Amino acid sequence: MDSHLRREIILDNYQEPVNRGLVDDSSYLKTNTNSESCIDNLDFMMKVVDGKISDIRFDGEACVISTSASSILINSLLGKSVLEAKEILHNYQDMIYEKDYDKSLLGELEVYDEISKQPNRVNCALLPSVAINNMIKELENM
Amino acid sequence: MHREDFAMLQGSDLVYFDNGATTLKPKCVVSDMMDYYTKHTSNIHRGDYDFAILTNKLYDDTRDVVCKFINCNSSKEVVFTGGATMSINMVVFGYMRNHLKKGDEVLLTKSEHASNVLPWIKLSEEIGIVIKYMDLDSNYTLSVASVLKSISDKTKVISIAHVTNVVGDVRDIEAIGKICKDAGILFNVDGAQSVPHMKVDFIKSNIDFLSFSGHKMGGPTGVGVLVGKEKLLNEMEPLCYGGGMNQSFEGDSSYELKKAPLKFEAGTPPIAEVIGLRRAILYLMDIGMDKIHEHEISLKKYLVKELENIPNIVLYNKDSESGILAFNIEGVFAQDSSVYLNHYNICVRAGNHCAKMLKDYIGIKNTVRVSMYLYNTINDIDRLVEVLKNSQDIFKVVL
Repeated sequence: MDSHLRREIILDNYQEPVNRGLVDDSSYLKTNTNSESCIDNLDFMMKVVDGKISDIRFDGEACVISTSASSILINSLLGKSVLEAKEILHNYQDMIYEKDYDKSLLGELEVYDEISKQPNRVNCALLPSVAINNMIKELENM
Repeated sequence: MHREDFAMLQGSDLVYFDNGATTLKPKCVVSDMMDYYTKHTSNIHRGDYDFAILTNKLYDDTRDVVCKFINCNSSKEVVFTGGATMSINMVVFGYMRNHLKKGDEVLLTKSEHASNVLPWIKLSEEIGIVIKYMDLDSNYTLSVASVLKSISDKTKVISIAHVTNVVGDVRDIEAIGKICKDAGILFNVDGAQSVPHMKVDFIKSNIDFLSFSGHKMGGPTGVGVLVGKEKLLNEMEPLCYGGGMNQSFEGDSSYELKKAPLKFEAGTPPIAEVIGLRRAILYLMDIGMDKIHEHEISLKKYLVKELENIPNIVLYNKDSESGILAFNIEGVFAQDSSVYLNHYNICVRAGNHCAKMLKDYIGIKNTVRVSMYLYNTINDIDRLVEVLKNSQDIFKVVL
């Protein structure tokens, strides 16, 4: 990806992230993700209706990578079935870990395809995917 | 000053401002440790061959060097530990657990490092001591008046950092030590951020327990010191039992421990590290602690003056008398700032710096911390200031 475009997408999502701000609604699943290896601290909440993700929201203090990745990931998961979401999350994590992945599923998330070159940023990029995975696991254990 | 003594500063444009986390090592420290590993590797105690005797001599001599360095009463008051964290845990769980009781009050502050908070919280869970936090002033410092105001007839311990690791304020431990002495309160001092940077006097400040780490003063990782009054150390229980710390043990389960400090050093200690620490202390004493402190303060004053001219830099502790400055670039997350500085080979630390309760006062969780040492220069600061002046382009650099 062109580096200007990459920067523009990340910055747009950092400066004006989608769905930033939590709501007081007990029908949402909730999780906090406080990474052990960095100082980001974000709260996530997710609503699933009839097996589809109808809303994901987040808030907290985090770096440009965590914040933008939260925004882009939320955008790509809204309206998807839980099964589709798991597939996207799985491929996203494979990309971050430099494994083979299906590009066609990731869209703008591909802006992080070279993040592994900055090992101190890998956890930042993974943070929202770990949080959303946690909520999906909680849903499946209900 | 003395940059030529540090291998990591040779032939490099490195600006190392993360000395609160750990310091660079002078060549003489590495050399003494290398000698141990290549010329006189041996265990301490009871070696009858020549180079084992040399190792033993260096190990034991380190206690005398520490004693002279921080002015305690004798080398019997010097215990080698794994680091300042271990030292404080030994005090809390080896001494305080057996000498405090339910309802006794321990005074801390909210700018303490985790290692001077969590052991106390754990002890309060175990035996019901009460932790109280002394108020900080508007610039996040601890005044003697605040200490006096906080003491009650239940106060048994005051446990504070001499210099805090985010605000960098230098507590008046001489005055606080006198208050403790007069009131019969135990005075536990975390010297991790002060002992490497300024003259600390154990006797003059009436300290009961003093903890510090080797790696924050040019020494190796894995070794620290607990200095405790001899009487208190003899009343303190070891947390670790084994060889080297017992006088005898018998089949009927009777045993006798050695006296302090040896009863606290079970198993083979970090010998190379103690030898490295010895050299680091001799190196610092040779330069002079007052000179190091003055150097750091003058650098900080210059840094503050320069940063105050940059409109989007927020400073949190410009007045504290140490080489520590916490700041943020307005609107930028601290970690993004430190990643940005790394692009210019400037090393700082971003985070809460293990002082997680300080956010109650300063209202923000994370800062960028510059912490200086003897080898930092005006040129280092000019480099930092120049890069911060151009920080409007930060995301072009970071992303």
